[in-house]
Amino acid sequence: MNLNERNYKTDFPAFDAYPGLAYLDNSATTQKPGAVIDAVRQFYREENANPLRGLYGLAVKATEAYESARIAVRDFIGAKSEREIIFTRNATESLNLAAYSYGRAFVNEGDEILVTVSEHHSNLLPWQLLAKEKHARLCFLECTPDGEYTPEMLKAALTPRTRIFAAAQISNVFGRLNPIKEFAELCHANGTVIVCDGAQSVPHIPVNVREIDVDFLAFSGHKMLAPMGIGVLYGRESLLEKMPPFLSGGEMIEYVTRENATYAELPHKFEAGTVNAGGAVGLHAAIDYIGKIGFREIESRENTLTRQLIEGMRDIPHVHIIGSDKPEEHHGIVTFTIDDVHPHDIAAVMDSDGIAVRAGHHCAQPLHKHLGVMSTARASIAFYNDSGDIEKFLGCLKTIRRRMGFGE
Amino acid sequence: MANETFYSEVLTDHNMHPVHKHEMSVCTCSREGINPSCGDDIVLNLNIENGVIKDGSFTGSGCAISQASADIMLDLVIGRTVDEAERLHELFMKMIRGECSEEEIDELEEAGALRDISHMPARVKCAVLGWRTMSEMISR
Repeated sequence: MNLNERNYKTDFPAFDAYPGLAYLDNSATTQKPGAVIDAVRQFYREENANPLRGLYGLAVKATEAYESARIAVRDFIGAKSEREIIFTRNATESLNLAAYSYGRAFVNEGDEILVTVSEHHSNLLPWQLLAKEKHARLCFLECTPDGEYTPEMLKAALTPRTRIFAAAQISNVFGRLNPIKEFAELCHANGTVIVCDGAQSVPHIPVNVREIDVDFLAFSGHKMLAPMGIGVLYGRESLLEKMPPFLSGGEMIEYVTRENATYAELPHKFEAGTVNAGGAVGLHAAIDYIGKIGFREIESRENTLTRQLIEGMRDIPHVHIIGSDKPEEHHGIVTFTIDDVHPHDIAAVMDSDGIAVRAGHHCAQPLHKHLGVMSTARASIAFYNDSGDIEKFLGCLKTIRRRMGFGE
Repeated sequence: MANETFYSEVLTDHNMHPVHKHEMSVCTCSREGINPSCGDDIVLNLNIENGVIKDGSFTGSGCAISQASADIMLDLVIGRTVDEAERLHELFMKMIRGECSEEEIDELEEAGALRDISHMPARVKCAVLGWRTMSEMISR
């Protein structure tokens, strides 16, 4: 392997606690570097007060810490203004915000909402509920068996009634990168708003919202080294301006009477109640850490490891990879099945060998139905993994059928 | 290497060659048991006459633990009264909670192979699927 010598695992305290662990469930959540854990600790030790409210020094410090995280996110994804960055709990909440606030206000009876069949439930169910509520039609963009969606396929599916198109930039099952920029062009030419789930892309490839030109982009902090409980919704300012609030309560108002209220400016209009400032500070530290390593290095390591993984898996009989057979189209996500062995049994055997993988439907039941499989197992890579993790995984994979009582 | 021993021959054998996994033409009751989160989905059939489980079978699909456990359970309860079967169900649950004596585990015969499932909390529901379904049927 031509991975450089740097051992990134030493940055992650979890690997001090579990030195032998081959953690290959990074699409579910990543481990956290010491820099992130320390930043959160520092915030609660030295900067803790309720941000955006207090008039005393400590509260100003807390506000500065929180708002500088927003600036960091703005720059990280290339947004025009920090007014376009809304902190949420996670990508799921971000997508719900888009559906409940934008969707409820601008989708009407008879309109169409288009989603891909491989969407994570979090980018399907809010639209499904919205369609039911508004008597709108929920339509599906079907993929090829390799998990591919082309601009031509989207073009054929868009109609004059398509108000919203919701698609992941990288599918959490296929790992395939969708041509989101081309999708956005087609959507905008059609008067359709495009909502992009960036949960699996933002942590692994450089994402610039002005370049891909999506209207909304949702992602989670915890899948990109930050704490759980902090997420982001990027929204185009002109759309956010005309959207009604999502949640209501403290710190999202300007003026309140018994009957009415005027709402705070962006982005605070969408951040009701006390915010997760510690989480935002952790996300800021994660962005800084990623910045130090650089996406060139991250992508290069992840691609090398993905290639090693897929090439090794190809040689093992009875193992089937879902999606493309080209490693470069997987972005560290390799979903697979083994003949006759239930994925939960695969995960259990792997666990006994110190390997963490996901098994189940990966919150994409309609996709599994579309592919005709009940459930699958998934290995997912982050840059801090090393070739030893992959060797360990492949070594175990070879033994699973035998250990379950089948022939090799 | 807890699981290396966990997937014992008893379990893998019952999973690969289940004796009781087949359709049943004569049965007095059938019931579906599902674990929605894992996709384990079985239908349990029992032929109960005068309070005795004369025969039983299951169909469906699921992980090795769910399939083997259902097969082992049917081995144990066929030929017994519903009261005895229910007592074994309670004993099985007790074993999974780690509260059984060695003598009690002996009574569960091959089902004792699942005693360590308590160390794998995510899989407990797979192991109890058949038992839970049977208990729901006979308590009616």
